[in-house]
Order: sequence, then structure tokens, then C-alpha cells
Amino acid sequence: MGVRRKMALRFDLIIFTILLFASPVLSDLILSKVDRRIDLTSQIVENEGSEPVSEVLLAFPDLQVKDLALLKASPHEGKGKVKSLSASLPVENVKPNGMPAALTFYAVKLPKALGKGDSYTFDVLAVFAHALRPFPEKITQADIQLVVFQESAFYLTPYVVKVQSLSVKLPESRIESYTKLENTKIHGSEIKYGPYENLPSFSYSPIVVHFESNQPFAVAQEVVREIEISHWGNVQVTEHYKLVHGGAQNKGEFSRLDYQARPTIRGASAFKYLIAKMPPRVHSVYYRDEIGNISTSNLWGDSKKTELLIEPRYPLFGGWRTAFTIGYGLPLKDFLFELEGNRFLNITFGSPMNELVIDNLIVKVVLPEGSGDISVSAPFPVNQWEETKLSHLDLTGRPVVVLQKTNVVPEHNQFFQVYYKFSKLSMLREPFMLIFGFFSLFVAGIVYMHVDMSISKSSAAYLARLQWDEVQAAIQQVENVINRCLTTHDKLEASLRDLSRTGDVQACKAARKAADGLLKELSKELKLVLSFLQSSSAASQILPKVEELVAKEKDLQEKVMAKHSTVVDCYEKKTGIRDSENRVAAQQQKITALRQEVENLLELIDEI
Amino acid sequence: MVGKTESQNGAVKATAAPAMNLESDLFSNFSFKSFKLKTKQQELLLRVSILGLVYILAFITRLFSVLRYESMIHEFDPYFNYRTTLFLTEKGFYEFWNWFDSESWYPLGRIIGGTLYPGLMVTAAFIYWTLRFLRFAVHIREVCVLTAPFFASNTTVVAYFFGKEIWDSGAGLVAAAFIAICPGYISRSVAGSYDNEGVAIFALLLTFYLFVKAVNTGSLAWALASAFGYFYMVSAWGGYVFIINLIPLYVLVLLITGRYSMRLYVAYNCMYVLGMLLAMQIRFVGFQHVQSGEHMAAMGVFFLMQVFYFLDWVKYMLSDTKLFQAFLRITVTSAIAVGALALGVGTASGYISPWTGRFYSLLDPTYAKDNIPIIASVSEHQPTAWSSFMFDFHILLFLFPAGLYFCFKKLSDATIFIVMYGLTSMYFAGVMVRLILVATPAVCLISAIAVSATIKNLTSLLRTKSKTAVAGSSKGTGGSKASSKASFDQSQPFQKNGAIALLLGAFYLLSKYATHCTWVTSEAYSSPSIVLAARGAHGNRVIFDDYREAYFWLRQNTPPDAKVMSWWDYGYQITAMGNRTVIVDNNTWNNTHIATVGRAMSSYEDEAYEIMRSLDVDYVLVVFGGVTGYSSDDINKFLWMVRIGGGVFPVIKEPDYLVNGDYRVDKGAAPKMLNCL
Repeated sequence: MGVRRKMALRFDLIIFTILLFASPVLSDLILSKVDRRIDLTSQIVENEGSEPVSEVLLAFPDLQVKDLALLKASPHEGKGKVKSLSASLPVENVKPNGMPAALTFYAVKLPKALGKGDSYTFDVLAVFAHALRPFPEKITQADIQLVVFQESAFYLTPYVVKVQSLSVKLPESRIESYTKLENTKIHGSEIKYGPYENLPSFSYSPIVVHFESNQPFAVAQEVVREIEISHWGNVQVTEHYKLVHGGAQNKGEFSRLDYQARPTIRGASAFKYLIAKMPPRVHSVYYRDEIGNISTSNLWGDSKKTELLIEPRYPLFGGWRTAFTIGYGLPLKDFLFELEGNRFLNITFGSPMNELVIDNLIVKVVLPEGSGDISVSAPFPVNQWEETKLSHLDLTGRPVVVLQKTNVVPEHNQFFQVYYKFSKLSMLREPFMLIFGFFSLFVAGIVYMHVDMSISKSSAAYLARLQWDEVQAAIQQVENVINRCLTTHDKLEASLRDLSRTGDVQACKAARKAADGLLKELSKELKLVLSFLQSSSAASQILPKVEELVAKEKDLQEKVMAKHSTVVDCYEKKTGIRDSENRVAAQQQKITALRQEVENLLELIDEI
Repeated sequence: MVGKTESQNGAVKATAAPAMNLESDLFSNFSFKSFKLKTKQQELLLRVSILGLVYILAFITRLFSVLRYESMIHEFDPYFNYRTTLFLTEKGFYEFWNWFDSESWYPLGRIIGGTLYPGLMVTAAFIYWTLRFLRFAVHIREVCVLTAPFFASNTTVVAYFFGKEIWDSGAGLVAAAFIAICPGYISRSVAGSYDNEGVAIFALLLTFYLFVKAVNTGSLAWALASAFGYFYMVSAWGGYVFIINLIPLYVLVLLITGRYSMRLYVAYNCMYVLGMLLAMQIRFVGFQHVQSGEHMAAMGVFFLMQVFYFLDWVKYMLSDTKLFQAFLRITVTSAIAVGALALGVGTASGYISPWTGRFYSLLDPTYAKDNIPIIASVSEHQPTAWSSFMFDFHILLFLFPAGLYFCFKKLSDATIFIVMYGLTSMYFAGVMVRLILVATPAVCLISAIAVSATIKNLTSLLRTKSKTAVAGSSKGTGGSKASSKASFDQSQPFQKNGAIALLLGAFYLLSKYATHCTWVTSEAYSSPSIVLAARGAHGNRVIFDDYREAYFWLRQNTPPDAKVMSWWDYGYQITAMGNRTVIVDNNTWNNTHIATVGRAMSSYEDEAYEIMRSLDVDYVLVVFGGVTGYSSDDINKFLWMVRIGGGVFPVIKEPDYLVNGDYRVDKGAAPKMLNCL
């Protein structure tokens, strides 16, 4: 239930020109456009004589002031055009003497003092929230919503007004009733009062406009925006909304079936969706509430903007409330800039929702852990304090700048800046913490594997285990040696094959010699291990197998040697190859059988 | 799209796991010849990595629900658990323990701390606090959603060790892979299914494993560990009664088959005494553990063990067998007489409470239908249909008997246990749908034994073959083949081909199982049941989120002290999501109260108004699914309201609402029925 009134004021030393537009909070106009043009001759100023005047007072009733969202004065540029972004004139709250107590005054400082006869024109933009009142206050689902707007037909001012007019622009042409004064005209959906001439100061004439408005009155009782900066390339915005439909209360029952069947008739006053205008390149948008994701939303966009359409879980009728959270990520480089070693965040203050009046807006800017020298510059006055927030992998917490403002309207959607210092090195702290964490985990694992944790070092079980470990090591060694023997055999075989191919007896003999040496060494090693195994009591059950293995291997070795010498002999004596083959075949068969046995034994021992 | 690719990934991984098992067998035998030095380490590495993969697989296959829907709590009971966990993390353990909840069972209220199994909540809160301590700022909801998959992963590890204990490490690996994707288990442990069962199956299997380990080793430490496992189980789920009856039964069977040993004595006594003491610390169990009929078997067996021990000692002291025989007879008769007398006196004096209805209904499936409509009205308490066995177990159902065969072939203390576990839980699974869950680990383990043993036999067959082939080829160009080998070949001519065919068949079956599991998980078991999804006319997904719409409306737009009446199914959800007081909820502890609500629902409007005024009701929530074709709405449940209401208030008679024994709601319905609507 917001009313936005745009008010432009034209100032003359002799003539004030005040333009006042009143338009609803929603850009498609809930209420009206109040077009107020007042010409007045300022007696006060003139009476002051040559004294230059440096400020102009604007008066508002106290009742309106509590809903005043924005008051802005700017020099007039061109006819009828109001540019809110042009350099504004400073406005401050003052309490001049001798003025009525029920009024609040704001003083607009003029850029230069006005002499007698000088004139100056400026625009004033005042935006009010909650200026519309639903009447009747309770309607059923099928009823249309009617609202009442109250204002004065004359501009309330401490100065004398020469000529003034007022026009009220309404959203729809259906007007239930309006106060008729002299000189009242109606053009379609616009009501014009005036012009009235030569009105004294503080003249007041109440008018009431009663008209139809099915525009939903979206009022957010509280919005918490959390802007979290990650220097890894993301600005995460999370917005928590507490929404209420501020229009006429719904009475009686709500029939979903009726609503589903004819939403425009049975639920005209219900509020169906909101559109959020987000920056381009927004990503990971979500929309949820306390009990989970809300599936009724739609996102589309192009390179200039992204639009998110969200529907609440249920159509909001008058007086119903809902709460939800939206969140989205933004690329860091669009919003964070560096300036002389300082960094600053440049981001909009208000919520991206269109047409939303926020009673209480809290903006929290969460800076990375370790940032300091924080300062904020905002285009309008806000309450400000600091907090800390503990998030992922934080030790001391992240500094949070909190800005709070009441009565926020879309006009407040301006950029504000947060300046802070942050060193690049602290960015690496969290990865290092993780690395260190995992590293220590693995170190702990290694330590656990290698440290003897048993309590009693002399218990039987402990000793047995130690012995068993030794035996296992010894057996591993035996296997090792045997395997090496087997590879040596393979080498000998290979040399024999070479011999049959090339006939190079000398090379073959050399191979034989090398193998002999190796085997001798290996057998020595084997003997050592075997003697250990024989002495150890824990090995008693496995010993016979091992001994068998060794014996078999020795056998095999002899056989291979024998075969080798036979073949070499054959070649040396140049006996027929066929002859040698016959003699070797018998030996070969034995060798294969033995080899099979040795391998089987090896596997058997392995399994034990 | 994401869901689809994920499902394929899941399928691939699922097939990979059993396949890798096969490979581990084959691999370690073939190509490691050259690296003989490191065989042990490599085997260990393989085993650990397979187990790790299975661990991850078990976790991610349960994330379908998060992908398809969102990270949310499912069904009915989990909402209560979530609410209590939230309370626990916010208010601390002491407050939780003494929590009197006035938001449910208005106007009676419910002593939450004393009437729930706190294991799940404490576990989730503990995980939450740990993560917080490690500086991970997670929300408690995410912890709750992922608790069940996390414990499912842990269960696979326990299954591996259990399989290793009862058979060998191969069987353990197969069991781990089976249980990771078995639909019977997944149905209760997808992400978001934050229910007692998710943790309890882990606790159940852990207790059994530790107990079997204790029996096998006779070690006091393992028995102690098993007692703690039992304690965890008691704190987590009412199904602990299964443990405390199965273990005594198992011990009894061992005693009867003459397998009594000191190991058994140590294991059982330590486990029972300590487990009992620990279990009594849970407020909800308390003295029931020594007083109620369900726990008497354990106590009886405990005394029997003492008698056995005493007899053993006497036998050792008495050298004369004849004298011992006489003594044996006297002792056994007197022991039985004393036991029976104690039981009789206890029951008669009311010290030992009789069995509860739920327990009866387990033993006799028809009991609930006749006597306790409220138990019979729950769909998961219905007897199981064959199709759902097939759906939940797939090939495990056929492998189960094969596994039993292998177990009987190699009978040991451990295999006897798994056989008994399998048979009893299979019976219970037949009685109640939800108990398929309890049977799942046993079925997986026994099937794993079958698969592992079969594959091991087949591969060892293949292995000897290939080895001779290798030896033959290494012989070179030698013309004469060894005649001995030829004869060996001829004795089993088709052995090798047969083995390969069987192996391929087994592999095919296993891959089918994996596909089936993935499909079931993604299609059937990942729905949160609060949000419904359907295919629209153009193939797009339409989401019905009406439940949450209603709950959220209640939460936002009713006065904070409003009382909401609904059928008891929705009680937990209204308190958790709507944050409003309800008259009855899913903890069906007061039958009369539910019957009152049933009566209010099934009376004429003016009578119902009186009843509701007397209960202080501000809002009534009814569910109607006629527009969207949602079948489990209140019209469907209406007969149960009538039955349960009629069970307490004889004014309500079921035949009044039926037309010739049919239930219909159209214009041919019974007049009383129409008037109540």
C-alpha cells in the first residue's frame, strides 16, 4: 500500500513553481499521478528585503512523515522533466520556531543565496509508502478491491502560493467517488484540481479519492540481503523476504477450485507473482523457503539483464503473508574494483524486486576473513553497524557491515560502496588449511600404521605376533630367492634357444658361467634364511613345505644344468641336432613337471 | 537431463563393482606372476579400492532423490525426527531429554524425551557438531538428509567384514557390493529418508558382526564391542527386539547341536549382561528390558548358559559318567521347572508384561486385522506380496537358497548364525512389508556367499586350464605333448567351456541386478511423497507441491496457537512444516484419541462440530485428490477412520458406510456416507 508521489517545486523570488506528481509505488500506477502546480508570491522572502535567502522550507504533516520514504530536491531541468539522478540539493530536517506543531519541516539548501527578484526552480521528489487505505477493509475472494487516498487539494506550505494545481492519476478509469471542489475536472483516469490562485500559507482543503485497484500491494515487512564476497570470483547474494499482501483483508473462505478455474474473476485482488530484475551474468539462482524449494519460478535473460519470475506457494490474498529466500551468484569482476590498494564493492542497495515496498531493509555485506579498514559510502542516510559471521573454514569470523533502512522503495535502488583492505595472501589461507588438514590426517594414518600400540610388550600373544612377523619376512625372502633362481633358469633356457639359432657356443657358455655364480650366491642366501626358519618355533607348521620347496628347487636346478650341459655338449661335438633333441626331450619333461611343482608350492606357501 | 546421465553413470558404476570383484580374482591369478613380490600388497590395494568404490557407490546411488527433487526430508516420520533433531541442536541434550511437547496430541501433549529412540537424532546432531567444529558451516537439514546415505555406506563396510568373517574376503566384497545397491535397503535409506531404519540397519549388522566375531574368537573385547553395538541399536530403533530374540535363539541352537564352547559362553554372557544394562539407560526402554515378555527369551537363555557351564564343571569334577548322567537329568528338569515357575509367577503377578500387539501381529499375521485396526491400517504393515520380494531382491531371491546350500555345506558357528538370521528375517519379511529391510542384509550376505563360492570354483577351474596351456606353449616347438595332460583334459571335456559359459551367465545376472537396482532407485524409491511429480502433456515434468503449500499457509497465516485437526498421517508434517499444534500424529500412542478424530471425521456435520469444539480445534485439514487423480487422499483413507473410530465408539458402524459391501463415493454411495462428507 504504497504511494509514490513525485513533487517538483519551482521557485522564484516572487514566484514559486511547485510541481507535484503523486504516483503509486507500482510503476503501472496504483493510485494516481498528482500533478500539482502552484504559483505563489512569497511575502516572507520579499519582506526580508535585501537579505539573501538560502533555504526553502518544505512542510509535511507528521502523519505522512512516518511513511515518507524518500525526499529529494534537485534543480529543475527542462519543462516537466524530472531527472532523479541529477545533482541533488541537500535536504535536512529542521524545526523552525513559530510553526504549527503537527508539521515536520525539511529545509532545502539552495545552491546560491537568492537576492530580491531572483528566481530559482527546483524539483522535489517525495515518495510515501502506505498512503493508500483499502476500503472496505475486508472483501471476499470474488470481490474487487477498492482503496481510498486522502490528500489536500492545496499544497501545504508556509509560503503564500500564487497559482497551484493538482492532478491525481489513477490506475483504472473506474472511480467510486472523489471530492468535488470548484474547478475540478476529470480526464479519463486523471482528476485535475485547480488552478487556484493566491492562496495564503498553510491553506488546506482535504480531498478523498475512492477508486478500484486490483494491483497487489506487496509489502515486505522485512528483507535481509546478505552479500557475501568471495575473492575466488563470486559475489553471493542471499535475500530473505517476509512478505504480506497489504490490501483488503480476505474474508470468508478461499476456494482453490474457483481460483484455479477463473483466476481473473475469483481472485482478482490476489497477488500472483513478483518479478526480480537481476544483473546480467547472474548464476545459480535458487528460490526456496523454510520447508524446501519452491518449484514455481521462471528465469530468463539476455546480455543486458536477467529476469526472475517467482510465484509464492499460494496466491496471496489480502492480509496473507508468506516468507521466502532467493539467492544468486554474481561474477566478482562486475562488482569489485581496486583503487589505490583499496578494494571496493559497488552494488545496488535495494532489492531487485519490482514494485515492492520494504518496511525494514537490512543489507549485510560479508567481507572475506582478514579484511580491514572498512568504510561505507551510501547515497542516503542509513543506520550502520558491524558484526562478524562464522562461515566455512573460518577461525576468527568474517567482518560484516550491516546497513539498515526503513521505508525502502524502488527509488532507493542505487549503488553504494564498501571500501576495505584485503591482502592477496590471506586468500590462500583456506586452501592451505585444507591441505594441512588432509596432510595431518595421512600423517596420523602413517604413524598409526608404524607405531606399536600394544600395551603389554611381554605378553605371549604379542611375542608370538612379533615372531610370526619375522617368519613371514623370512618366507618372503625364501620366495624371493626361489623366484630369482627360476628367472636364472629362464635365462639359461633363453641362452639355449639362442644357441640353436646362432650356434654361438661361447656366448652360451658365458651365460652358463654367470648363472652358476648367481645360483651359488642364491643358495648361500637360502641356507641362511632356512637356518633361521629352522630355529624359529613359530615357523614349525610351514617349515616342511618350505623345505620341500627348497629341495624341489634344487632338483630342478640340477636338471636344468644337466640339460644345459647336454645341449652344449651336443653343439660342441657337432653331433646331429636330431640326436640331441631326443636326449633332451626326456630331461625337458622332468623339468616341466618339476617347475610345475615348484610353482604350485610357491602358491601354497603364499596362501598360508 | 542431469538425472538421466547420472542414472547411466550409476548403472555403469554399479556393474563395475561386481565386475571388479571377478577381475580381482582373475587378475591376481594371471598377471601378477611377474610381480610376485607384491602380490599381498596389491591384493590389499585392490580390496581397499573396491571397497572404497562400493562405499562411494552406496552413497551416490542414494542421491537420486536429491537430483530428481531437492535436498528435503521425505515422508512422514522423518519430519518428526527432523523436528526433534532441530530441537536437540538448538536447545542442547539436557533440554531434549526432558522435552515435553505440547504441540502434538493436544490437549494431552507428549513426553518426547521419554517416548522416542534418540539414537538417530543424537547421531545427526553429533555429525553436525563435528562438522561445525571442523569449520564447515553446514545446515542441520543437509546433515539430516545425508545421514541415511552415509550410514548406508558404512553398512557396506560392515557387510564386507561380516562376509569376511563368515566366509572369505571375496564373499565380503560381493556382499558389500550387493548391499550397497539392494533396493530393499535403498527404499529406506535414500537421501532425505531421515528415519530410524537408516541408522538402525547399520547398528543391526554391526551388532551381529561383532557378536559373531566374539563367538569366533571368544574374545571379551569383541563381546564388549558387540554390547555397545547393541546399545546403539537400542537407542536407534524399536527393531532391537529382533536382535535380543535372534541371538538367544542362535545360542540355543548352538547348545542343542552340541556346539557349546567357552567362546560362546564369554560372548553371550558379556553381550547380554552389558547390553541389558546399557539398553536400560534408554528411557523409552528402561525396565521393559527385564520385565516385558519380548525380552524373556534372552534372559532364559542366559540362565541356561549358566546351567550348561555348571554342568560342564560338574562333568569335569565327576569322573564317573553314570553319576553325571543322573545328575544331568536332575539338573535339567529342575532348571526347566524353576524357569517355568518363575515365568508363570512373573506373568501372573504382572511383573512380566505380556507381549504387545505389534509383536503378536508379527507372529500371527492375522492378529492385527482382527484386533488392532490402527496397526493394520498402515500400508507398510501389510503382508508382503511376491512381486515386492522380486522388486526388492531381484536375483538375490534365487541366490539366497544357493547361498544356504553353501552355508550348510560348510557349517560353522558363523554360518549357522547367518542361516538363522536369513531364515527368521525372511519369515518376518513375509509377514510385514517393512521388515524386508531387516531381511535385506541377511539375503545380501547369503547371496554373496553363493556368488563368491560359485565364481571362485569356476575361476579356479579356468585357472588350472590356462596354466597348463601356458606351460604347453612355453615348451616351444617340442612335438610330443605330454600324454598325462591329454588324459586330464579328456576326463572333463567341456569343463573349460562350461565354466566360461557359467561365468558369463553369472556376470550377466549380476549386471542385470545392477541395472535393476539403479532403475528401481531412480524411479520408485526416490520420491519424497510430499512433492509429487508427473509427466505433463508435452513430456515436461509437472510438480504437485500442494502439501507444502497447505503446510506453509498454515505456518504463515494462522495464529501461532491454532490447533489443527487432521487424520493422523499428516500430524508430523503439520507440526514440522506448519509449526502448529495437532490433535493426533503418527506416533499412535493413544488409540482413543485417534478414534475420537476418526469419529469427528465420520459423523454428521453438526455432531462433528460438537466433537471438534470439545477438542478446541481451529482448523481442519483434509486431503482431496479427486482433481489431480492423487489416490492416497482422505476419501481413500475414510474407511479406516470409520474402522478405527468404530473400534472405540460403537456408535460408528462400518456397514452404514457401505453399499452391499462395496465402498463407493459417487451418488450410489450409502446415505450416511454422503452426509458425512
